[in-house]
Amino acid sequence: MTMVMAVPAGTSIWRITIGSAIVLVILAILPQLVDPYQTVLLTYGLIMAIAALGFNLLLGYTGLLSFGHSAYFGAGAYLVAFIMRDFGAHSMELCIVGGMLGTLIIAAILGFVCVRHTRIFFGILTLALSQVLWSLAFKFFWVTGGTDGIRVPHANLTLLGGLVDFKGAGSFQRFIYAYYYYVLALFAVSTIILWVITHSPFGKALQAIRDNETRARFVGISVRRYRWIAFMISGTFTGLAGILWVPLNGLTTPDILYWPFSGEIVFMTVLGGFRSFTGPIVGAMAFNYLKTYAIASTEYWQLLLGVVLVILVMALPAGIVGTTARLAAKLGRSTK
Amino acid sequence: MTIFVIQILNSFFYAAVLFLIAAGLSLIYGVMRIVNLAHGALYALGAYVSAWIVGSAIGHALEGNLGLAGVLLLLPLGAIAVAAVGALIEPTLLRPLYRRSEEYHLLVTFGLLMILEDVMKLLFGRTPLSAGAIMDRMGSIPVGRLMYPTYNLFVVAVGIAAAIGLWAFIYRTKFGVILRATSQDRRMAAALGINVSRVYVQAFAIGCFLAGLGGAVVVPAQAAVLGLGIEVLILAFVVVVIGGLGSLQGALVGALIVAFVRTAGIQFFPEIELAVLYLIAAAVLLVRPTGLFGRA
Repeated sequence: MTMVMAVPAGTSIWRITIGSAIVLVILAILPQLVDPYQTVLLTYGLIMAIAALGFNLLLGYTGLLSFGHSAYFGAGAYLVAFIMRDFGAHSMELCIVGGMLGTLIIAAILGFVCVRHTRIFFGILTLALSQVLWSLAFKFFWVTGGTDGIRVPHANLTLLGGLVDFKGAGSFQRFIYAYYYYVLALFAVSTIILWVITHSPFGKALQAIRDNETRARFVGISVRRYRWIAFMISGTFTGLAGILWVPLNGLTTPDILYWPFSGEIVFMTVLGGFRSFTGPIVGAMAFNYLKTYAIASTEYWQLLLGVVLVILVMALPAGIVGTTARLAAKLGRSTK
Repeated sequence: MTIFVIQILNSFFYAAVLFLIAAGLSLIYGVMRIVNLAHGALYALGAYVSAWIVGSAIGHALEGNLGLAGVLLLLPLGAIAVAAVGALIEPTLLRPLYRRSEEYHLLVTFGLLMILEDVMKLLFGRTPLSAGAIMDRMGSIPVGRLMYPTYNLFVVAVGIAAAIGLWAFIYRTKFGVILRATSQDRRMAAALGINVSRVYVQAFAIGCFLAGLGGAVVVPAQAAVLGLGIEVLILAFVVVVIGGLGSLQGALVGALIVAFVRTAGIQFFPEIELAVLYLIAAAVLLVRPTGLFGRA
């Protein structure tokens, strides 16, 4: 398998910092230039990017394909709904802390079981366990609202410890605007944390496990524990995405726990390219636009997305980022 | 007591349908090591095609000439259609991917699932299709004080026949030997002059036929609806995980276990009946990763 790293070893940390700063500035200016609908779309894209980044710590860096990440996304979303409905909390920060702690615990329990296997059995195990959560959300309707789900009204929410609230007139307008920057900030923080993790000795150990489990064990890496820790980090970040997603969507339903949603997370990661750090970000944004416009333009949007996925797997397995990097490298060589 | 007998009959009915689906899934995994996420969608396709054929046959007042036996013989046409679809899918979508890692197998079959779901919506519309007329025509037989649909017993008979037929086919025919040889060692089989590509197409088509047959026999009892295949796939997974991926006996025993646990669950613990099944599958994977009958 060919390896395409978005960040070649020789690239200096300064170039990465400057590049990311430019992207961040563009993302910060964009809502001033586009209409509110585009801002909402962009927010969804950033949220899914966090989910895909978290997911890719397992797929791209540890070599484990989870087909059950809907469990953590959905757990985050439902925990926020519970915290707001049952504890009457309004603070988003409280929801984030509570939600992430809850998802971490769930990921720790399910991960402890799942990392006993690799390859296809890991995939089936993650899938089966995620469906346990789905069936519970589906059946315990007096707790979860069943298929109707739980409403999470943004008007009840406050950001930054109560500094920003959304009571009164123009509530939705103010919410989507403020929430975009809130999500952008958390996206930036998550990206930095995951970048540091993947480039730390721990991240290198995960990659060693991915590339050769036996050798990794011989150099003294306790393979199962490392996989378990990676699983917990991965699940928690995907949970954070679910937490941020639910106030924007206004409703949480069992659909986000159902296994086809796990498939979507895999889809967007592969679309961007799971062999690079930035791939999941690009893939999640691209998938978000693709899905939105496919749904808007045809009743048969699943067909369209399915065809895209099949073509992607057959022709462009390196994804958008991998393919672009390869083309750029080719161009660079021919101009020299 | 009567209720108890009826619950047991229901479990056997459910086990027969699950066995057909899971046997196909297991056969495909056993021969080509592909976990087919579109398998449920193929089952749904079989249900739709059969319901549509039976529906139009009855609609055109052909029933008088065909009779009940004739309409029953129309049901497997759905399975044959699915087998034909399978014979198209394997060489075009799956063959280029055998050398690649299994992540791509899952992804391409997931894409196929999305495509098939919408193709069914496109061809058959959003209204559920059913071949309930067959079930009505077959009447019911008395079980104690209650009546039980004869058709359900027919499905159990189909399930038993399929299990015996498959066993004879795989263990008692020359093609079965070739199939098993290819499944054990693809390269060695190729070196001995077996046309592996052809065996793969055939095995995939047979697997699809079984999924389609499952859909075909279920549709007189239960309407074909959108999303049918997505739901059933996970249950089929549970069956093959319990029984062992790639094992025919495993699919049979797994289907019986899942059917009986589910029937008991709906009766005694309806809130967690599905959760219990998934937890059983997870527990089996932990204790015996290869399932009850799987080989390492």
